[in-house]
Amino acid sequence: MKQTVKLNVNDDAAEVEVEPRETLLDVLREQLGLTGAHAGCEQGACGACTVMLDGEVTRSCLIFAVQCESKRITTIEHFGSPGALHSMMESFRRHHGLQCGFCTPAMVLTAIALLEESPHPSEPEVRTALAGNLCRCTGYAGIVDAVLDVAERPE
Amino acid sequence: MKPAPFEYVRPASVAEAVAAVASDENAKLIAGGQSLVPLMAMRLARPTLLVDVNDLGLDGVDATVDTVRIGACTRHRRLERDPAIARAAPLLREAAGLIGYPAIRTRGTIGGSLAHADPVAELPAVLVAAGGSVIVRSSRGTREIAAADLFTGFLETTLARDEIIEEVRLPAAGPRHGSAFCEWAPREGDFAFAGIAVTLERDPDGRCVVLGAAACGVGSVPVDCSEWLGGTLGEPTASAALVAEVARVVRAGVGGDGDRAELSGLLAARAVYRAFARSAHPGEAAA
Repeated sequence: MKQTVKLNVNDDAAEVEVEPRETLLDVLREQLGLTGAHAGCEQGACGACTVMLDGEVTRSCLIFAVQCESKRITTIEHFGSPGALHSMMESFRRHHGLQCGFCTPAMVLTAIALLEESPHPSEPEVRTALAGNLCRCTGYAGIVDAVLDVAERPE
Repeated sequence: MKPAPFEYVRPASVAEAVAAVASDENAKLIAGGQSLVPLMAMRLARPTLLVDVNDLGLDGVDATVDTVRIGACTRHRRLERDPAIARAAPLLREAAGLIGYPAIRTRGTIGGSLAHADPVAELPAVLVAAGGSVIVRSSRGTREIAAADLFTGFLETTLARDEIIEEVRLPAAGPRHGSAFCEWAPREGDFAFAGIAVTLERDPDGRCVVLGAAACGVGSVPVDCSEWLGGTLGEPTASAALVAEVARVVRAGVGGDGDRAELSGLLAARAVYRAFARSAHPGEAAA
């Protein structure tokens, strides 16, 4: 039986009709047209679906949309667009922190969340924070450089 | 990778949740969902009713001199950061930081991890090593289950199908207390091959007294290693031979497959060494 769920997505109110078994990821992509969160493994291992739930990084494939009533969801679309890149996106581009791009939205979002919490992390802290986001292209070096570059800039 | 259909309810009280879970023999409680939802996605679990326990007011931490009481829905992230946990249950704090990744720890809960009873998970081993317990409730009332009586097999516990864990209790760390959780995983944040929780005290003569120890990843339940280590050990920081002895007895105790037993022994030696070093600095145990 479908249920109505009210969400706040990227500062906009949204109301969706969902089956209980639809994950937040399904609803973001298929009902709200927000395709920045990617469906990778859909079992919590790859991190490609990472969004913020009430400001905290969360796997959107491991939470059902019906559980998100009145929650504040922030997706990668909130942080920038092709004409107006976020400083973290710009840094990923400059440091070759992406190749195929599949992991990139979640990687960037997780990095932004890290710096909101800990503005000047060490390299090991960056690697730990990103450990749950798998990238099969870059070998991570460019990604870590990109995050450290943003973190080392004067505020 | 899509779960089978199910009904969903989100009760507002423990009594309603207990009634809901009792109403359907294929009902399942969901807290953080970080273990359950993958099982549902792979259709290894096909509950027909999910009872969401996130609105029952079961999160929170209350530490007294003797006991730390933790609401079952308290998330791992809070265990990592709550100052009362750092002070009174540093073993739990260290173990919580080793669970999965940050985005898993923001959702996963202590009660969920214990009820799921994955033998490679950190928190069941912590509960056994620390000699903790869970308070559970059903329509029949409330009861306390000691860690030693909770875990019965792979993903199996003595919880009845309609019982809900309300609270987790651990003895509070005393002034001479030291603890450590050491594990080895092939990739950071991945499931550990083996891990060990150790809690000990420095006696008035400065010797190491092991209070409890338990290993994850080496059996179908957390393996209680306390008896192997047995009581007073002297001073492991001063004696390489003693650390070697810890490794030997745990390796022998775990037995079986050579690599995993050897790993358990090495992790036990490391954990005892670290825990004892920390016991010299009360209040900085998790440094």
